[in-house]
Amino acid sequence: MSDFIYTYDGSFDGLLCCIFRSYEKKEIPENIMPEFDFEPTFFVPVFVETDKQKAQRVRDGIKRVMGKRAYMFALKGFYTCHPEKDMLILKFVRLGMKTGPEITSMLANDTVNTLFKAVRARSSESHNYKGFVRFSVYDDYMVSVIEPKNYVLPEIARHFCDRYPNETFLIYDKTHKAALVYGEGRCSIVEVEDFQAPGADVDELMFRDLWKTFYKTISIDERENPKCRMTHMPKRYWAHMTEMEPESPLLEG
Amino acid sequence: MDVFEKLKILSAAAKYDVACTSSGVDKSSAGGSIGNAASCGICHSFSADGRCISLLKVLMSNACIYNCAYCLNKVTNDVPRATFTPRELAELTMNFYRRNYIEGLFLSSGIVKSPDYTCERMIETLKILRHEYGFNGYIHCKAIPGADSALLDVLGMLADRMSVNIELPTQKSLTMLAPNKSKEAILKPMGLISHKINENCTDLVKYKHAPKFAPAGQSTQIIVGATDDSDYTILNLSAALYKKYSLKRVFYSAYIPINSNPLLPALNTKPPLLREHRLYQADWLLRYYGFEANELLDEKNPNFNPLIDPKCNWAINHLDIFPVDVNTVSRELLLRVPGIGVRSANRIIQARRVGKLDFAGLKKIGVVLKRAQYFITCDGKIAEGLKITPDNALNALISDSGKKLIEDSSECRQLSFFDYISAPNKLLTV
Repeated sequence: MSDFIYTYDGSFDGLLCCIFRSYEKKEIPENIMPEFDFEPTFFVPVFVETDKQKAQRVRDGIKRVMGKRAYMFALKGFYTCHPEKDMLILKFVRLGMKTGPEITSMLANDTVNTLFKAVRARSSESHNYKGFVRFSVYDDYMVSVIEPKNYVLPEIARHFCDRYPNETFLIYDKTHKAALVYGEGRCSIVEVEDFQAPGADVDELMFRDLWKTFYKTISIDERENPKCRMTHMPKRYWAHMTEMEPESPLLEG
Repeated sequence: MDVFEKLKILSAAAKYDVACTSSGVDKSSAGGSIGNAASCGICHSFSADGRCISLLKVLMSNACIYNCAYCLNKVTNDVPRATFTPRELAELTMNFYRRNYIEGLFLSSGIVKSPDYTCERMIETLKILRHEYGFNGYIHCKAIPGADSALLDVLGMLADRMSVNIELPTQKSLTMLAPNKSKEAILKPMGLISHKINENCTDLVKYKHAPKFAPAGQSTQIIVGATDDSDYTILNLSAALYKKYSLKRVFYSAYIPINSNPLLPALNTKPPLLREHRLYQADWLLRYYGFEANELLDEKNPNFNPLIDPKCNWAINHLDIFPVDVNTVSRELLLRVPGIGVRSANRIIQARRVGKLDFAGLKKIGVVLKRAQYFITCDGKIAEGLKITPDNALNALISDSGKKLIEDSSECRQLSFFDYISAPNKLLTV
């Protein structure tokens, strides 16, 4: 047991620098966490400065010894919402530097298995969002708001940019305060403090209602199965899905 | 009639078609100006019945001239009729697609005027989408039985997937319930489509960018429970369709009585959902687990047991093969162990390359030990403290829905292996 924890700036490079320090000082911290998540405990916090060069050395080392696959796995692990992801990644790298590329096959190992499940949960959430994202169309751009548990924007970016090459659009991730922005063939993920989607025009409201109409009609009453729907489309997605909202005033009356 | 009304009528009329997958093809928008497709398929929503919504599923028209007994839109039914114009439908599709409501269009139709005329209207819709809007998303299109083969050719070049619904598994049932359709009229377009897809594959060797005929393949649908055809008949038909016509999918649709007819189940009959579920399970076994239809059912036992899924049923009847050792057994046999699916089998094979697996490791990997433990060893050892008897194994394999059936049934007791093997379908007195 150590009596200290690492804190860092919350970037992946920062985490790589924590790994660098762990090797350099031959020490294993009790925990690692971004400084903004830090709450005083009896462990002594050690802030690890982010240094691009050190981060690059760790990156190169991981790729050389553990392979590119293992590196990608660690990066994907970093984007998950697992509460101990930082420490898991340190353990994963320390183990992988001994075993080499076969680490990605060691699915029965506790560290690898926990990280594997977290990464899988993120990819399934990303896959869900490829379908569950709802755009509102304005004159010359489209807007969507999502509230994912994991940081999914990097994983869904390519899909949406490929899907709408001639559109201008924005997907705002409310949880992580970031947005995927695309226009004129260029795609980027930017930090966004707050975002409010503009009000919808008549056309937009009409298509929302048409979609709700379709959604209701396509279900077969004799087969109603709310539990099955909930399994495939958990309630936490509903808040930003057009068909799960109440009908707009346009249809009433 | 406004587009709301049309959408209501024509999606309600299409809802009994089960196929809603957008799978089977990977495409980028590079060939058009909007839209792509992922071979795994993408579900965009789930309706209140728990089914995936991936495509805008509608009929071009429900003003049908045919009189199939099981169909809501048969000509003698007094129901509201509607017809989309190709332009209306193309615009609706594009507007839904931009908002990411859907992955594409599923287009079917009642027979308006003639099969050829119907087919032409569908082609026109697809042409607007593909050529005018540059739409490169997914299109599933029904081949209209009886339409000219030249028209089917054109349709197939515009669609990603095509399907012809068999609906009823035997000629006898067809004659009885769908007098305007014949086995031949259904199998002919199916053969044509599979021929076209094959021909296209050989073309592709020559020209890499040759346009593809229905690149996501073809599928069909069989209604379950409208006639007295057995599961064995249905499953054999599916197996033959997969082999002979290289179908991508066969869908099963539990019959919901919508028309009153002495030849059909009564109007208040509940749809046979468990039976449909068992058929899907068996279908998966055919396609991904290397099973043959006659391993799962035979003349003597022509229907699936409601208590136990088909794979477990096979295992319990082949106890002599087990146990197998997870660290050495072949993939084929691993896939036959209850509680091990395709994914966990692949993970076992990956993980055992770098180290011996024990029961704790299997659990972490995702094996359902509750079932699997009766059929496997790890390095020659069985699970600690486990008592393996045929009765214990059988009772561990009963599905949740099966347990409920037993509780509801008059005799409430532990199932005996002997009773099960000798008369598997007589265990329930429901």
